[in-house]
Amino acid sequence: MLFRYRGSEGMVAWAFHRISAIGIWLFVMLHVLDIYLAGGNPKVYDDLLKFYGSTPGRILEVLLGAALLYHALNGIRILIMDFWPRMTLYHKQIWYVNWAIFIIVGIPGAFIIMRPVFGI
Amino acid sequence: MALYSRSGRPRPQAGGFELFVWYYMRLSGVALFVLALTHFSLQHFLFDPANETSQWIFNQRWNSVFWRSFDWLMLMMVVTHAFLGIRTVTMDYVKGGWRTLALTVLYLVGVIIFVMGTSVVLSVQMPGGA
Repeated sequence: MLFRYRGSEGMVAWAFHRISAIGIWLFVMLHVLDIYLAGGNPKVYDDLLKFYGSTPGRILEVLLGAALLYHALNGIRILIMDFWPRMTLYHKQIWYVNWAIFIIVGIPGAFIIMRPVFGI
Repeated sequence: MALYSRSGRPRPQAGGFELFVWYYMRLSGVALFVLALTHFSLQHFLFDPANETSQWIFNQRWNSVFWRSFDWLMLMMVVTHAFLGIRTVTMDYVKGGWRTLALTVLYLVGVIIFVMGTSVVLSVQMPGGA
């Protein structure tokens, strides 16, 4: 289902939505566990935080932010088409608008997260 | 309403729990658009993860009834949205007895994650509180 290409942007939009969903779900579980740790054993949490602040940690945070932003924007696209069916005619156009917003918001966002790595 | 969808899952025609889930995913999705994106922007753009130690969480970030309520509301939305979403994914790929097993484990993990998050946001002492 996920790997059989059925053509067109609609299929790719759907696959990305599902892949980003699984990634965010995994992080949500990790994130609740780490915050639970902050309450129970603050020292272990602070050690884990050192990873979150490191270069590999920041690269993963950029990926998480990208998954979150894509999922949020494509979610709005789904809502528009579900509750205003005529807009389904423009499903490709809405997807391209999503990518424009994704780049406009995402590039500065990634820059802010990666800034400490480059010392700026 | 078309049975075929170019976007999300087509709206279930039979009603009942599946229709409830269909609407719930969309409503909680709108809530999370605001809650999760605000949370991510706060933690990564306004503040920096390198400085977000447990002491910072207790003394600054969670020293506020508003932000604890915000975070708990987000927890409620994100756990239900994420686990109901993974439920749909599971039902797409897993059939028969394995599906029952997979969904049982999924629901159990969902409840445990929700209880863990709730207990920490409620139980950590508030320095500025009573």
